Amino acid sequence: MKQEEDFEANLAGEDGQGEEAKRSWFKRIKKGILTSTAEKKETPEGLWSKCPECGYICTMTELRENLFVCPKCNHHHRIGSAEYFEIIFDDNKYDVLFENIRSKDFLHFTDLKSYGKRLEEIWSKTDITDSIRIGKGTVKGLHLMMGCMDFEFIGGSLGSVMGERIARAIDVCLEENIPLMIICKSGGARMMESAFSLMQLAKVSGKLSQLTDAKIPYISLQTDPSFGGISASFGMLGDLNIAEPGALIGFAGPRVIKETIKKDLPEGFQRSEFLLEHGFLDFIVPRKELKEKLATVLSLFKN
Amino acid sequence: MPQDKNRQFLDFEKPIKDLFDDIEGLKQKAEKSKLDLTDPIKKLEERVLETRKAITQNLTPWQKVQLSRHPDRPYTMKYISKLTTDFVELFGDRNVKDDKAMVGGFASLDGQTVMMIGQQKGINTKARQLRNFGMANPEGYRKALRLMKLAEKFNKPVITLIDTPGAYPGLEAEERGQGEAIARNIYEMMRLKVPVICVIIGEGASGGAMGIGVGDRVFMLENTWYTVISPESCSSILWRSWDQKEKAAEQLKLTADYMYEFGLIDGIIPEPVGGAHWDYDEAASLLKPYLINTINELKQMDPEERVRKRIDKFNKMGFWDELPA
Ligand SMILES: [Zn+2]
Repeated sequence: MKQEEDFEANLAGEDGQGEEAKRSWFKRIKKGILTSTAEKKETPEGLWSKCPECGYICTMTELRENLFVCPKCNHHHRIGSAEYFEIIFDDNKYDVLFENIRSKDFLHFTDLKSYGKRLEEIWSKTDITDSIRIGKGTVKGLHLMMGCMDFEFIGGSLGSVMGERIARAIDVCLEENIPLMIICKSGGARMMESAFSLMQLAKVSGKLSQLTDAKIPYISLQTDPSFGGISASFGMLGDLNIAEPGALIGFAGPRVIKETIKKDLPEGFQRSEFLLEHGFLDFIVPRKELKEKLATVLSLFKN
Repeated sequence: MPQDKNRQFLDFEKPIKDLFDDIEGLKQKAEKSKLDLTDPIKKLEERVLETRKAITQNLTPWQKVQLSRHPDRPYTMKYISKLTTDFVELFGDRNVKDDKAMVGGFASLDGQTVMMIGQQKGINTKARQLRNFGMANPEGYRKALRLMKLAEKFNKPVITLIDTPGAYPGLEAEERGQGEAIARNIYEMMRLKVPVICVIIGEGASGGAMGIGVGDRVFMLENTWYTVISPESCSSILWRSWDQKEKAAEQLKLTADYMYEFGLIDGIIPEPVGGAHWDYDEAASLLKPYLINTINELKQMDPEERVRKRIDKFNKMGFWDELPA
């Protein structure tokens, strides 16, 4: 049987292994330098990147200019909040909010390592402070509050900080009548926060209900991957649920499903196109058209 | 409730099984020899009660998980039959099919019409398959939501009984939007205009539990658990091995005591000594006053206030450090 991508290693706070390592994506180290986690080669001209889908090799500069989409096969590489903010917000200008809200090891949770130690290690390696960043800015002049997940921070896992940052972002949306978009990229719940992480599903859903009452639009953009507690709450609760092409989206992870049904999963299962066909997405938007389409939608809601 | 001779025992319940064997032995002896052994039998029966008490006083989190899965434990339908009268079961999600892992219907609780909803596990091999081990598919969550909306229309309180190892992780479940179904339920339950009471009666696993778990009051029975993942799956992901489930259960702090201490639930409901499986009538009669009193309390509030307080309650959940901005 073929092996499914296993992003659970990321949820465990470790770098991906096996299939995951081959799916190149980009890590932000201190000072905001992007490096590809796989297939990178130092050359005099800079970093090279090899597409995990088609093997096409190009420079990081070329890939970046193409918004981290493979110029040959259209594979959408996994990128982080800084890249999405740059792609979407006008002139790459935005206010980052609630960075001072930080995770803590309230439960003294210890698996192979203590949660507290894991957090310290991540903070020392990257300037990303948690699994979601909140940015407020404009898209072609239209105001937008955006939450964007960073997969490299414990697999983009949903914990108390993600819940609280979204909740406070929604409070600002309510005060200033600004639409909300959340860009999902997460393996699921943050297990080290146990039931507290589960309660974030209810917490954020309750806050979204306040947006509904205020008739403020909420858009959920699901990118590769969006799983578990994300899809069982705000990932699927958008006034518009949209996705990038080829993104893996679902409730149960492919490995778990395969172990349950004891069969290989069909080609394209749980991909964006599959979800669209089954009626769970409003549309799929290629990254290069994202800003344009978003601006159109926001102006349609507004006017 | 099983006859004493048909009872099943967990490994840590073995001392009770030994006493049962001794009692059975004495009873047979009494019959054969026509001796009056009433007194020694009575003494042993008293020891059964003492042993039930002693065993449950020092349970590890993992043993509580085991108790929540006890094969003799009462399930949703049992509670409904013991708690209410005039239960009219309602089927189907009006869309795909009827999910046997999720049951529900109108019933009368002490004269008050309520909507009872819950996951249902099977009581024997065949029924366990029919009920899919209490793992609902999207149509189960949509059936639950349909019934909640029906209750709302006629201004009847909703009571959910939660007992699931998780939402079903199947191929069709994904095709039909398992995530969306649970998300929709959580969102809509947050907005329901009628009182909503949720009770964990067995296993409260993750989104599958929360899909019917958003209420004005959420209670846990004494020997249940509620968290984001089962100890087994947590072990396999965080420890990369299936062998650390005891440790995972400890680390997850998933018992009712912890959940109450954390402010994530509103109360703990006592069970019969040794666990709900020892006496179904008693288990239901311990639960019933909580439901009746809570409904009466919640009915005092107007719907908008209830919804606002429900949202506020969940909005407070979480822990974080707030650095100087
Ligand atoms: Zn390519």
